Amino acid sequence: MSVDRSTVVRVAHLARIRVADEEVDKLQGELNSILGFVEQLAELDVSDVEPLTSIVPIAMKKRVDVVTDGGIPKKVTANAPQSEDDFFVVPKVVE
Amino acid sequence: MTDLTALTLAEARDALKAKTFTATELTEAYLSAMEKARGLNAYVLETPEKARAMAAASDARLAKGEAGALEGIPLGVKDLYCTEGVRTTACSKILGNFVPPYESTVTSNLWADGAVMLGKLNNDEFAMGSSNETSAFGNVINPWRRKGSDGAIDPTPLVPGGSSGGSSAAVAARLCVGATGTDTGGSIRQPAAFTGTVGIKPTYGRCSRWGIVAFASSLDQAGPFARTVRDAAILLKSFASVDPKDTTSVDLPVPDYEASVGRSIKGKVIGIPKEYRVDGMPAEIEALWQQGIEWLRAAGAEIREISLPHTKYALPAYYIVAPAEASSNLARYDGIRYGLRVPGDDILDTYELTRAAGFGSEVRRRIMIGTYVLSAGYYDAYYVRAQKVRTLIKRDFDLAFQAGVDAVLTPATPSSAFGIGEMSGGDPVEMYLNDVFTVTVNMAGLPGMVVPGGLDKKGLPLGLQLIGRPFEEETLFQVGEIIEQAAGRFTPEAWW
Repeated sequence: MSVDRSTVVRVAHLARIRVADEEVDKLQGELNSILGFVEQLAELDVSDVEPLTSIVPIAMKKRVDVVTDGGIPKKVTANAPQSEDDFFVVPKVVE
Repeated sequence: MTDLTALTLAEARDALKAKTFTATELTEAYLSAMEKARGLNAYVLETPEKARAMAAASDARLAKGEAGALEGIPLGVKDLYCTEGVRTTACSKILGNFVPPYESTVTSNLWADGAVMLGKLNNDEFAMGSSNETSAFGNVINPWRRKGSDGAIDPTPLVPGGSSGGSSAAVAARLCVGATGTDTGGSIRQPAAFTGTVGIKPTYGRCSRWGIVAFASSLDQAGPFARTVRDAAILLKSFASVDPKDTTSVDLPVPDYEASVGRSIKGKVIGIPKEYRVDGMPAEIEALWQQGIEWLRAAGAEIREISLPHTKYALPAYYIVAPAEASSNLARYDGIRYGLRVPGDDILDTYELTRAAGFGSEVRRRIMIGTYVLSAGYYDAYYVRAQKVRTLIKRDFDLAFQAGVDAVLTPATPSSAFGIGEMSGGDPVEMYLNDVFTVTVNMAGLPGMVVPGGLDKKGLPLGLQLIGRPFEEETLFQVGEIIEQAAGRFTPEAWW
């Protein structure tokens, strides 16, 4: 499988990365090189193989459903590019 | 007094306890070595005030006889580890001046054992790279340089490997006693091989991933860089812990790894996988592998040829699984809660502009590949197939271990360190091939260690890799020590 220009543009949008028109050709070449490389997996018959979902055969640990942290809004927002009164300030999303 | 930076961790630890010198003196020796070596660009942030305060506290504990396992030992920290109150960027512009309000579990363990933090070490952006050339802070220079056939030094700057290139360069150049690294596809082992240092990626689940910037969560694992096998064993004991904050942290007691260093390997079965002979591999690497086999045989190990038939599929499967997980993990960098924000016309515009400006080209490429293989209509063909191949890769190892193999010996990398810019041509796959011998270990979640085995004809270090059974890191230290004793240790001549 290989990707065309419009797929590159669509994937960039899905990934929320702005791609300039002049970058599309280069990206298309690079993505197709990687997709060409992974193509060899098609040689394998994996119809009877279960996908690996956990590397170590253990049941996932569950924690007790209690509050263990909180009350630190200043710490939470300390790294925000823009904040006000312990809230994150974002561009307007509702008209 | 001899140069304190020449001491191994074990030597420094014993001398500190014997009060031959103080933790403050040791730390000052490293701070001055770091100052002289700034041209290598190994550190992206030096923290001398913090180092001095921690060393003073270590001296107070040493005086009271309350020394921890790493008391007064100066370490460097890969910039992927969150360090409370100390800028952490994963060497990406998108994290800008991020200052974590918390400390990663692994570094918390190190400081609790008395270690001293010297600063943050350079790495490939979000650990995506094999040469440290994708860092927003620029390239790291390998302290090793090539020699020409006439023996003259070639001044071409070489890469230190990646992604933990700052860690490997700093340990090799004696800018810290040991360092933290992370390994998703070979990011500890390949740079260790390129710099003549020891690096171990423990079993998945042995070290907590909490507080480490995530790349591919089912593959990422923390581990140490050190100058000797024994030092790596000492460090891993402090790295490893059972952490309720990481659901994949495995509930097993942490052994005293150092105790396994020096134990006989008589009767241990060492597997030699025939699939690790690849086209175009330099004869020197093949010869070193044979030499490694002979060393282990001479020490009483049984050498057995084994087959790991799905080896060649590990790298292509990795380049589906790792980007897929990365595209999901890196979705959090949206310019809202931390890091860079490039204001746009609306929220979507802000996201797209921020991510375009904040991520470097390799990271963008991997996010896009990951997004593509997870997108509707391609998920089964790519992602599910890759995870099935992963089952086959793991099964290869399981069968070898069931048949009695204790550890597997392979070359670490298909070449020695290359020059900066030499591998960054048009095809990204060329760089990916660096991880051909290391990536299988991450796909199968196994422990893997690289130990220096010798120098090639250019005078550059080459490494041997040992792969162990899950949670049997002790075997790796035991066997690794045999290699180190036979091969000797390798230190670059200081020119910086």
